[in-house]
Amino acid sequence: MATRAGSIELHNGTASEIKQVPVLSIGAFRDQVIGRVRDGAEIAALFAAPDPVGGGRSARFLLYALLAEHATGALRVTRAALTGSWPSLTPDCPSAHWFEREIAEQWNLVPEGHPWLKPIRFQPPMPGALPGREQPLVGDAQFFRVLGEEVHEVAVGPVHAGVIEPGHFRFQCHGETVLHLEISLGYQHRGIERALLGGPDTRSIHYAETLAGDTTVGHATAYCEALEALAGREAPPRAQAIRAIALELERAACHVGDLGALAGDVGFLPTASWCGRIRGDILNMTALICGSRFGRGLVRPGGVAFDLDHEMAGELRSRLQSSARDAAGACDLLWRSPSVVARFEGTGTLSGRIALEIGLTGPAARACGIDRDVRRDLPSGIWRFSQVPVSTWRTGDVFARAYVRWLEVQRSFAFIQDQLEALPAGDIRVALRPLVRGAVAVSMGEGWRGGICHVVLTNGRGKFARYKVVDPSFRNWFGLGLAMRGQQVSDFPLCNKSFNLSYSGHDL
Amino acid sequence: MLRILRERLRQGHRTMGFPRGEPPAMPARFRGLPVIDQSKCKDGCAACIEACPTGALTRGPGRALQIDLGKCLFCGDCTAACPTGAVSFSSDYRLAARNREDLVIGVKRLRLAEALGKDLRRLLGRSLRLRQVSAGGCAACEADANVLTTVGWDMGRFGIQFVASPRHADGLLVTGPVTLNMRGALEKTYAAVPEPKIVIASGACAISGGLYAGAPEASDGVAGILKVDLFVPGCPPHPLTLLDGLLRLLGRIR
Repeated sequence: MATRAGSIELHNGTASEIKQVPVLSIGAFRDQVIGRVRDGAEIAALFAAPDPVGGGRSARFLLYALLAEHATGALRVTRAALTGSWPSLTPDCPSAHWFEREIAEQWNLVPEGHPWLKPIRFQPPMPGALPGREQPLVGDAQFFRVLGEEVHEVAVGPVHAGVIEPGHFRFQCHGETVLHLEISLGYQHRGIERALLGGPDTRSIHYAETLAGDTTVGHATAYCEALEALAGREAPPRAQAIRAIALELERAACHVGDLGALAGDVGFLPTASWCGRIRGDILNMTALICGSRFGRGLVRPGGVAFDLDHEMAGELRSRLQSSARDAAGACDLLWRSPSVVARFEGTGTLSGRIALEIGLTGPAARACGIDRDVRRDLPSGIWRFSQVPVSTWRTGDVFARAYVRWLEVQRSFAFIQDQLEALPAGDIRVALRPLVRGAVAVSMGEGWRGGICHVVLTNGRGKFARYKVVDPSFRNWFGLGLAMRGQQVSDFPLCNKSFNLSYSGHDL
Repeated sequence: MLRILRERLRQGHRTMGFPRGEPPAMPARFRGLPVIDQSKCKDGCAACIEACPTGALTRGPGRALQIDLGKCLFCGDCTAACPTGAVSFSSDYRLAARNREDLVIGVKRLRLAEALGKDLRRLLGRSLRLRQVSAGGCAACEADANVLTTVGWDMGRFGIQFVASPRHADGLLVTGPVTLNMRGALEKTYAAVPEPKIVIASGACAISGGLYAGAPEASDGVAGILKVDLFVPGCPPHPLTLLDGLLRLLGRIR
């Protein structure tokens, strides 16, 4: 940890005394954030907390930024004091856009000059927020509208045609061409950040596991690594390896399932049918380890709750081999079928420049040629010792998002095989001491959708005074909206599935 | 084309034989129907009650330990906390019930779901079409409901189908604790389903609010808003648990 020019440098999965983080003027804070983002850092989290943290209703707030530098592996924490408003960062740093809207909604603070200020979740203000706006009616947004002859609007949701989560989509169309798509969420808001205050308690790990149900292992690992950083203990190597195996099973299952769904969306049914089943086979491997297809109950503070014996490792390896073969057979057909490739290519294209500007993360960003992956760049746990090659593509379209996922499935399978062959010996769990008081911990992971970020502030009793969660979907929903510009309305299901973002992870 | 056919042959036929044949084997660590051994449970001990994240465990009549499957996350925190091994989870996947109170077990045994009335079943004929509404679910319940449409499970062979429009549905399958932000949409979707209609609450959130019970942002599940005809416990329910419940409701399993 080093203090340099108004921020402290931490590494993924570590904590620091909160008082080490300098409190800047808002002007100096803006210069820090905007300057570092210009130099290649990404905003991993940007959030507010009352000052003093957990100090009841206060007029003073602290604005925190966590900047991830993929090139150096550093995470920088900086903060500024503010009272009612601050000059918005968004005009100079578009990736702050969604974060500043969230802060405004949670605390009734105002980012002055924000170009697009409206609720993202339609949630009630957080405890300790400034008095002012109460909970707005969900979906009651001033939607961006295009006027003119032959311009029409298509509204979809919150209840969609498929078995998926709710959200509202407004398309501004000229004929079949989409000029603009606005995505209005918040229907899944169930108050997790509020409920986590005062923890950890018996519910906390379960909140982490259900932040986004299909990212149980990703979020539970981020939660546990944050706690371990605050307790000054590390999970045993064997537990770190089992966590990583489960994380890669989660990734492989979701990617394979989505490749099948993409095939279904273009009417290519063989791959659609097989991938649905293969996804289930992979989920069943997670269930073999811990009893739950989603990895519920596996990752626990201090390690994991279930060990892998020799016999089980052998069983997993043989199942993995046959799933890898099945998945290869199913997916190779996609890339070899001109009708599929023609539909994928050139649909929903995002440029690398836009992706960087809006702070896109995960396979959606890597599909635009952005060579970033938390597992390699900001490693914690087993990722410090075992690496997975980062998969990228250049074209930024549906094809690229699909192909990057397929590349990642193969890397995940290979990684799991390697780990199962050489699992570290030893315990799977250590007991944690009480958490350090007055500290900040940062924890990131590469979930299957992209960078997961948890930032925890503890109060004077070692309890959660602020628990900030950033699901990768939070950073990517805007990218889906931009990818739809100039596309046909009928391209939406395909574009949507190529991102497959989480509503619950966004809405919290 | 030949390549597709060759791969089709290689992938093979994978639809399971259940319910005529054996159900798929549950993994050894699967946590199904909880079992309470009252003889091992020490009076005055509250270790499992304190460990439970959702208050599913309570002391009932005669201070006997009870567990509410409608609140249970099947996480196993109680098993880990119990010093005497009085609480454990069996591999029994059959959990669905028609009445909310039937889900409280320990003193009573679980009364599994009975079929819908004859009249309704006659009206439904050989089909059941459901509109799924996710109302604050984390997407795990939704994902494992969707799995029933894959070739391995092929729910369509029982005439059960998820449909896009509530107008085409015989009922709703609701997941999630019903967030305040989804309550209006849920009520409108229900209103759009033609009478007579059924409601299925799938997962701990939809049954009791689950982890979000008591949260001001949600409504403690669907039962306080709509009349529920089938409760399917789990977090999330295993696909087999949900399919078993649906088939019981239709009288295809007794």
